[in-house]
Amino acid sequence: MKEVRLAAEKVSKRFVSNKQEITALADVSLTIGKQEFVSLLGPSGCGKSTFLRLVAGLDDYQEGQLVLDGKPITHAGRDRGVVFQQYSLVPWFHAWENVAFALKKDPTISKAEKKELAFHFLKLVGLEGFENHYPSQMSGGMQQRVAIARALVYKPSLLLMDEPFGALDAQTRREMQDLLLTVWEAEKCSVLFVTHDVDEAVYLSDRVYVMSARPGRIAREIEVSLERPRTYDMQLTQEFISYKWEIVMELQGAKAGK
Amino acid sequence: MTRNTWYSFLGVFLVLFAWVVVTYGNIIDPLFLPSPGDVLRAASQEIKEGILFSDIGVSFYRILMGFLISTALALPIGVMMGTSKAWMSFWEPLVGLVRYMPAVAFVPLSILWFGTTDGQKFFILFLGVFFQEVIMIADNCKTVNRSLVEVGMTLGFSRLEIVREIILKAAMPGIMDTFRTTWGWAWTYLVVAELVAASEGLGFRIMQAQRYLETDRIILGILVIGILGLVTDLLFKRLYTRLFPWKESERIKG
Repeated sequence: MKEVRLAAEKVSKRFVSNKQEITALADVSLTIGKQEFVSLLGPSGCGKSTFLRLVAGLDDYQEGQLVLDGKPITHAGRDRGVVFQQYSLVPWFHAWENVAFALKKDPTISKAEKKELAFHFLKLVGLEGFENHYPSQMSGGMQQRVAIARALVYKPSLLLMDEPFGALDAQTRREMQDLLLTVWEAEKCSVLFVTHDVDEAVYLSDRVYVMSARPGRIAREIEVSLERPRTYDMQLTQEFISYKWEIVMELQGAKAGK
Repeated sequence: MTRNTWYSFLGVFLVLFAWVVVTYGNIIDPLFLPSPGDVLRAASQEIKEGILFSDIGVSFYRILMGFLISTALALPIGVMMGTSKAWMSFWEPLVGLVRYMPAVAFVPLSILWFGTTDGQKFFILFLGVFFQEVIMIADNCKTVNRSLVEVGMTLGFSRLEIVREIILKAAMPGIMDTFRTTWGWAWTYLVVAELVAASEGLGFRIMQAQRYLETDRIILGILVIGILGLVTDLLFKRLYTRLFPWKESERIKG
């Protein structure tokens, strides 16, 4: 087992809606190792995005503990990078300024260096030549590339991705998955990847946590030992399909109320 | 674009044409509606007397000052209301109450308090503009995309930095629209203030003309205000595209 980066211990989250208390997460425990790619997979409404928001420090929880690099998570911070589903780029900044914006709080880097880093990371995500475009002048896939560059530029130890490719068409989605793997191998950070797409989870991850809904809990942990670097044709191998089968059966069992 | 410019001219032309027909066609008594020629003659008369441009200057100065005073206070207070629940709770009942009090009804009191000075005009303009502006600016800030705020949080920004670097900048186009709208209302309050307690200004001139039933001068005053409003509105629009080029590309795409 690799060194642990993130450890969640029996995390529970409740909120009140229409005067009714709803348990969104119940006793969620999981770990993410250094440089490990971990997916959180489940049907919509199972609380996987809620869990990611807790790790990001954007919401609070009632029970349990979240520990990142040995320190409990109390609020949002720069040791984590977040990529949201809706890109959330700053509309009045050009692409490179959006990336450099993430370095604003770093006093050790000069302005010129920030620009250089922004250009470097845009190149890394394949956006060379688009540095001076506004977000509104770019496609969804391109905007998400900028968002990934923005989340990586300040070298967080954990990258959190909340269904980042959910709004993209199938072709772009495939390209982005391969891009993400390349970038991840170059940057060597840990990733928590939230998705409801089984193929995506298996293809990208070292480990997959399968969640069940209402209340959201971890139903199963699956280690994916497909070799890296991964290539798209692996998705047609017997090994890949058996992982997929295992997860799909788990999800169906969860739905049937097993 | 050119076609739409055509339509703009056509709309103005049609109204002018109707005006010409009903006045020169003797359909309406000139006492009720003077002809375009009469209004032009009134204009040259007022220019000769040296009052038209000085009236414009005086009124413009009053409205500008009234607007600037209101805005200088409404902007920081509105932004804080839109970003802090405590501030909102403190100001909301106060602003809500005064907002519904008609500024016009304060005219007698304003004369009692400020006399017929420019200060009285600023006061009426302030009542009319500030309380509307502050609520609208608070709304402009409140409707900023929540996810942008969360981006700021994940980048380690403090609350103040989020307000300054994200919320204020994201709300700015909306706030510019608020300025444009309230500037238009300010003209109404200016005329209201000048109607009763002034010795010069466009509103005063209209009031005086009414006493002598000089309808041509009344129409002239109204037209001048309309044209001034139109020109400043165009300036606001120009400023908007200049300040927010990223909005332009958003519009083209959407």
